[in-house]
Amino acid sequence: MKKLLLAIVFLPAVALAAEAGYRLDRAPIDPKDLVSLQAGARTFVNYCLNCHGAEFMRYNRLTDLGLTETQIRDNLIFTNAKVGDTMKVALTAKDGKAMFGAAPPDLTVVGRSRGADWLYTYLRSFYRDPKSPTGWNNAVFPEVAMPHALWTLQGERALEVVSRDAQHAPPEYKWSQLSPGAENAVQYDTTVRDLVNFLVYVGEPAANDRKRIGIVVLFALGVLFIFAYALKKEYWKDVK
Amino acid sequence: MASRLMALWDWFDSRMPSVAEEFRKHLAEYYAPKNFNFWYFFGALSILVLAIQIVSGIFLTMNYKPDAALAFGSVEYIMRDVPGGWVIRYIHSTGASAFFLVVYLHMFRGLLYGSYKQPRELIWIFGVLIYLTLMAEAFMGYLLPWGQMSYWGAQVIVNLFSSIPFIGPDLALWIRGDYVVSDATLNRFFALHVIAIPLVLLGLVAAHILALHDVGSNNPDGIEIKKTKGPDGHPLDGIPFHPYYTVKDIVGAVVFLALFSVVVFFVPEMGGYFLEYNNYVPADPLKTPAHIAPLWYFTPYYSILRAVPPLFNSVFPGVAMMGLSTLILFFLPWLDRSPVKSIRYRGGLYKSAVAIFVITFLVLGYLGTEPVTVWGQAGAWLGYADRATIAARICTLLYFAFFFLMPWYTAIDKTKPVPERVTM
Repeated sequence: MKKLLLAIVFLPAVALAAEAGYRLDRAPIDPKDLVSLQAGARTFVNYCLNCHGAEFMRYNRLTDLGLTETQIRDNLIFTNAKVGDTMKVALTAKDGKAMFGAAPPDLTVVGRSRGADWLYTYLRSFYRDPKSPTGWNNAVFPEVAMPHALWTLQGERALEVVSRDAQHAPPEYKWSQLSPGAENAVQYDTTVRDLVNFLVYVGEPAANDRKRIGIVVLFALGVLFIFAYALKKEYWKDVK
Repeated sequence: MASRLMALWDWFDSRMPSVAEEFRKHLAEYYAPKNFNFWYFFGALSILVLAIQIVSGIFLTMNYKPDAALAFGSVEYIMRDVPGGWVIRYIHSTGASAFFLVVYLHMFRGLLYGSYKQPRELIWIFGVLIYLTLMAEAFMGYLLPWGQMSYWGAQVIVNLFSSIPFIGPDLALWIRGDYVVSDATLNRFFALHVIAIPLVLLGLVAAHILALHDVGSNNPDGIEIKKTKGPDGHPLDGIPFHPYYTVKDIVGAVVFLALFSVVVFFVPEMGGYFLEYNNYVPADPLKTPAHIAPLWYFTPYYSILRAVPPLFNSVFPGVAMMGLSTLILFFLPWLDRSPVKSIRYRGGLYKSAVAIFVITFLVLGYLGTEPVTVWGQAGAWLGYADRATIAARICTLLYFAFFFLMPWYTAIDKTKPVPERVTM
């Protein structure tokens, strides 16, 4: 019986371990780090918001990040969008499909569907591949239609996959730098960290409020419990 | 002030005495056994969750748009632009899972203490009807966010109906209102989810409670408290539901709401079990996800569906077994031949059967959330079949064995003598 229960408890762990693919790095994000979130917003509007939209996210919601509406209008909006508009792009899904082979997905909730670790690893795993239509490929998302949008920062890299025993051991990934980018490896990791931090924030802007309010709610229920329990004790004294 | 309120009440009471009468009948003078334990919280909690779902659902409909082009965006609008919208939405999504959790525990209580046995067969039947209605309610509600899992989950479930011989394809078309799940499907599911099924649910809940109050509650000892009455005509082992169980259920409700709030405010996705990650990708009729799994509360049945091998290229046998696995619950009162109700006075045979059944249900539930390849392939002696499929088949057999062998093992099981009065 005990063994069976143990087996049931550990099954999900076994299942996770069995999932194949490139190993994801843990994204060192901090949803309360406003400087990181602002840096991520800057990278997002400069590099992502040309092809990808965030069509359910309003520019003026970025006041959450400690910015004023004037700062947002002056630094983060490059189109004629109003500060209360959502982050849309001019590229239509149809044109995107014609240009890249797949329409660039909207990124409003990508932090929720893909998760921070996936995004953090994905954005750091592009490599040069002469066989692909864009000249780029990705270790996390093989044959991805998206070219390396941040390549001027990371530079060009090559990937060699050495599979020793295809049946059992996972293949070994050997990365090499072909040409330098504007940032070194540590700076680039920080840039991506900030960008992913921002994408996770955009996925659920209310997340920080949610946790803050949650503590108050639990405290209130805790107080209510004391009274409810005392009331029950008082009434049940005479039940024998 | 107090005397004025009393005067107002007297005015009301003299014109509509049935309010006070019903209050007495169902609460103040409804005598419930005094030995209810932990398992007896979940009936009241089911009503609480029903209320939570109705109220949060009303507020969601104020901003939700049942339109294939707008639905996904309107949910995100609720999550960001509607003040407090996110908390309403998380309450509703957590409430769906909480509903099944409390209902499963409530049904398990019935199984432990034989609450379905004579004279409570009708209460059980209404309960099973509530459970099936709740499944329909949850299934239709899950389409509304119009994410990939909403869409493909609905596609898979509706296609199950099309495997029914002769009428299947027409039936599926009639349910969808289109050849694929589409805007027409979304609109009708919205209508059914927000008004039609909730009305049925409320009616069934009323019938469930009325039937209960006619025969009286069972208890952990499985003793009929009405058999030993005091000189005042009330059961000696009974106490008025109000105030004793109202104050006790308030404690249970506060503890439940605290656990509920932990999910709503700290882990609303519950690791992908309450809100699937893939459902944050808008529905795309041209892109089938690699792995389609229903939400956790349907997965035991989904496992049974997948475990049954197809016959003549039709998945109908699986669909029929899945249907049977829920419908068989109706017959429980007549399958159980034991002279005692409560597990406390039953023998080892029944206790083992329940233990195996619980493990079976949990394993089937787990396997339903994973692809069939999750445990890899078995060796040549089993024809390299997926290990998870073999496990699901064994569990499916055990699931049905629990019910079909019940008349036999409950009849020969050694029972203990049941005391005259309840034990605290």
